[in-house]
Amino acid sequence: MSGSSSVATMKKVVQQLRQEAGLNCVKVCQAAADLKQFCLQNAQHDPLLTGVSSSTNPFRPQKLCSFL
Amino acid sequence: MCDQTFLVNVFGSCDKCFKQRALRPVFKKSQQLSYCSMCAEIMATDGLHENQTLASLKSEAECLKGKLEEERAKLHDVELHQVAERVEALGQFVMKTRRTLKGHGNKVLCMDWCKDKRRIVSSSQDGKVIVWDSFTTNKEHAVTMPCTWVMACAYAPSGCAIACGGLDNKCSVYPLTFDKNENMAAKKKSVAMHTNYLSACSFTNSDMQILTASGDGTCALWDVESGQLLQSFHGHGADVLCLDLAPSETGNTFVSGGCDKKAMVWDMRSGQCVQAFETHESDINSVRYYPSGDAFASGSDDATCRLYDLRADREVSIYSKESIIFGASSVDFSLSGRLLFAGYNDYTINVWDVLKGSRVSILFGHENRVSTLRVSPDGTAFCSGSWDHTLRVWA
Repeated sequence: MSGSSSVATMKKVVQQLRQEAGLNCVKVCQAAADLKQFCLQNAQHDPLLTGVSSSTNPFRPQKLCSFL
Repeated sequence: MCDQTFLVNVFGSCDKCFKQRALRPVFKKSQQLSYCSMCAEIMATDGLHENQTLASLKSEAECLKGKLEEERAKLHDVELHQVAERVEALGQFVMKTRRTLKGHGNKVLCMDWCKDKRRIVSSSQDGKVIVWDSFTTNKEHAVTMPCTWVMACAYAPSGCAIACGGLDNKCSVYPLTFDKNENMAAKKKSVAMHTNYLSACSFTNSDMQILTASGDGTCALWDVESGQLLQSFHGHGADVLCLDLAPSETGNTFVSGGCDKKAMVWDMRSGQCVQAFETHESDINSVRYYPSGDAFASGSDDATCRLYDLRADREVSIYSKESIIFGASSVDFSLSGRLLFAGYNDYTINVWDVLKGSRVSILFGHENRVSTLRVSPDGTAFCSGSWDHTLRVWA
């Protein structure tokens, strides 16, 4: 039993590795530059990064108004 | 805008069948050829039908692994934090608990935000699933599941239903109704059936399909209406603990992490594993895609979080400190992807600068392990759930 099932498993592993070997990959410097670019481009639209004033963020406590 | 182009599409004439198709580079006896996807797949299974011995298969596997390592090493010319050296450092962050959601009778195991950016669904060890309005902290719905340890819950994109499951090995969908006379449990629909506990679930882009991950080592895609299994994903060698869908509208991939220390990226249509990453030293508890869809982060019991880039096909950053020795249970990115929030088993939440690899802030507040963490859909806040029975919304 162990004979046929481990051969079957190994065939799947080899098939998977052959497919992965065929992938066309990008250099880390390029991929990292793209990640950095994405972060910087979207930085202003990120409320947790830039901090949002109490008036617009529904979760921040609002300053109480007092009647004069 | 956010293409998952880790395969570069070149059109031309296939070197094998000569048809005009999208081509992929293929290595045959160390010669590079261009095959169309059909011929590439045939080539991958070529020779596997003959009676190959276990030994010859093992040696081919070793040889391929060695070649993959070599190719990957060639691409590794620089580290992410080196590329980010000139990026402005982040200032001090002041993030506090703005809301505390109390009401669960036992450990909170999972939570999810509604697309309306204010409702939250959470599930707990005592079998209760609660829908909260996070602005007012009111409980809007509550359901008691027939099992304990409800480890997974998810909000439907329409906001009209929730899905949950755990030790019952199933994923059930409950339509949300505001009719006081209606019993939510009566309208329950059992969608997924696994042979072990349900660890994670997520709706796809619509209310019609659910993706599940289970302790039985598989992930599966189900049709909600009929309960039919549409696709199953086999490949993990142990329990699958988490999954996340790619953010792109047209994206058809998802990533899963498991107890076999592997994170695997799957093609939802074919059921094939497209890429696999095995650099963690222990169970992967949480995986989350980077907002652009080109990378994903993982949190593990080995006390580190790591960033994997899909196009470079390798780990590009690791977020760890010698002083952090407890496992990370849950991770999520801020909207721009610059911040990575990670909840740990030492009751804290660490905020990491994704580009520079440094820790920006530690958040204290929970009185037991942080088990789940999600950033709200509009990025204004994030919510954490803990074994201390509460959920906290931070902003």
